[in-house]
Amino acid sequence: MEEKREDGRSATQLRPLSCTRSVLNRAHGSASFSQGETKILAAVYEPKAGTKKNENPEKACIEVIWKPKSGQIGKAEKEYEMILKRTLQNICILNVHPNTTTTIIIQVVNDDGSLLPCAINPACSALVDAGIPLKYLAVLCIGSQQARRTEYEGTGLFMEVGEKIKNGVITSVTHGVMTVSGTRTRRNQAAV
Amino acid sequence: MAQMICLQRWKWMHLDAFSHYAFMSATCSNQYGLMDGLLEELEIQQLHSVSQSTIYLLRTWSLSLYTIPRQIKCFIIVGAVASANGSALAKIGCTTMLAAVKLEVMTPKLESPDEGCIAIDFHMPPICSPLVRPGRPAEAAPVITKQLTDIILSSGMIDLKELSLVSGKAAWLAYLDIYCLDADGSLFDAALLSAVAAFSHLQIPVVSLNDNGRIVLISEENSGAMWEKEPVNKEKRKLKLDTLPFSLTCALHKNYILADPSAEEESIMETYLTVVLDSSLQLVSLNKPGGPGLAQTSAIQDCVALTIKRVKELQKMLNEAISDMEVD
Repeated sequence: MEEKREDGRSATQLRPLSCTRSVLNRAHGSASFSQGETKILAAVYEPKAGTKKNENPEKACIEVIWKPKSGQIGKAEKEYEMILKRTLQNICILNVHPNTTTTIIIQVVNDDGSLLPCAINPACSALVDAGIPLKYLAVLCIGSQQARRTEYEGTGLFMEVGEKIKNGVITSVTHGVMTVSGTRTRRNQAAV
Repeated sequence: MAQMICLQRWKWMHLDAFSHYAFMSATCSNQYGLMDGLLEELEIQQLHSVSQSTIYLLRTWSLSLYTIPRQIKCFIIVGAVASANGSALAKIGCTTMLAAVKLEVMTPKLESPDEGCIAIDFHMPPICSPLVRPGRPAEAAPVITKQLTDIILSSGMIDLKELSLVSGKAAWLAYLDIYCLDADGSLFDAALLSAVAAFSHLQIPVVSLNDNGRIVLISEENSGAMWEKEPVNKEKRKLKLDTLPFSLTCALHKNYILADPSAEEESIMETYLTVVLDSSLQLVSLNKPGGPGLAQTSAIQDCVALTIKRVKELQKMLNEAISDMEVD
């Protein structure tokens, strides 16, 4: 892989990040996050009474709605909703408000790659803005892409959300073929 | 189900958890046996406070159990659907998936004139589970479709150039449809297995270019009689598959790993990790979609080790199924 990528970044360099809270005044909590050109807006609506049909009434329920920039809602959006919902279930303290539903709406404003890693950050910031109790204050989020010229010849796209203190993996999504040991070294690199 | 009813009846009686467990495993006899003991323990843990003796019991029982993926048969039949170009029925425990591949000719895209295309769809009809109602698609279905599409396309199993007929003008579009007939946990594993088996069985039919410039299928009866049209491909051929991906889903609960959970186990344990390896043991996907539990590196390594075992078993089973089919 060449020294510099198209936009002049090195292999391990991230794009400039920026985050703004309380951008919407009707929503109970909101945040806008941009990673380079990718920009995502998240809004949180406070606990409404009642949970969805198959959910556990002893805990709060989290509902995620993902709106793409253009086009209809398809399978990719449903997958992102599911991943985000389960990640946020890990982060939020669900026992505080049992039998309620917290709705999080993610709107993609601009898509320039790394959509899912970019979306988790404003979702967390919006939850903080809304005052929903969370276990971990900040969630480390990595989206990286590696290509190896060695005999394995695989390109891997690798996204992981980890918890820094206990050092466990909350969510991991990979795309592409890579060796097993490769992921371990990447994870160690990324944790730093 | 028998064991669920037992749990209801005893819920409000404060028995010591150990005798609870002994009662359950005595009254409920089915193929899961000890695995159900573990299951009941976890449910009891959530309902009552757990005594030290039960924690010890849980550990000793589970030590022997937690590394064993479902030993109840995995089962593959290829060629289950005669009208499709390739098909397979796969069963892992009670989870049953029927996959069928149908080929259609299409014009390839301008950017990739000698590549075909694969369209994958995963259906969960109401027959598979009481939780799926008619008219309302199940929540898991589009997610599994997307995961399958990503994995089949990114694992390099199929070289899309193989699906090309006439460069720039005609290529095959493979429709892969997977129907879930029985949803008993580990849906993604069974779906991937049936998809891989269907592609292994796929035979591309013979076609030729007719006068209008369109591709027509040469049926078996005509081929001997007239050969005015030059066939585009000489004979029925099988698709050349590079490496086959196989997967294993493990449920994580504190320090325990439960490999290949069934539907009842899935409804209690909320954290899963799916590892997909290909036949050369390279990692195709490591998918852990959040969930209340954290996965430590040691847990991930254990899951990968379990998946390696599973890959070898499934590979052997698939080869046997295909060679059985060819003998017939």
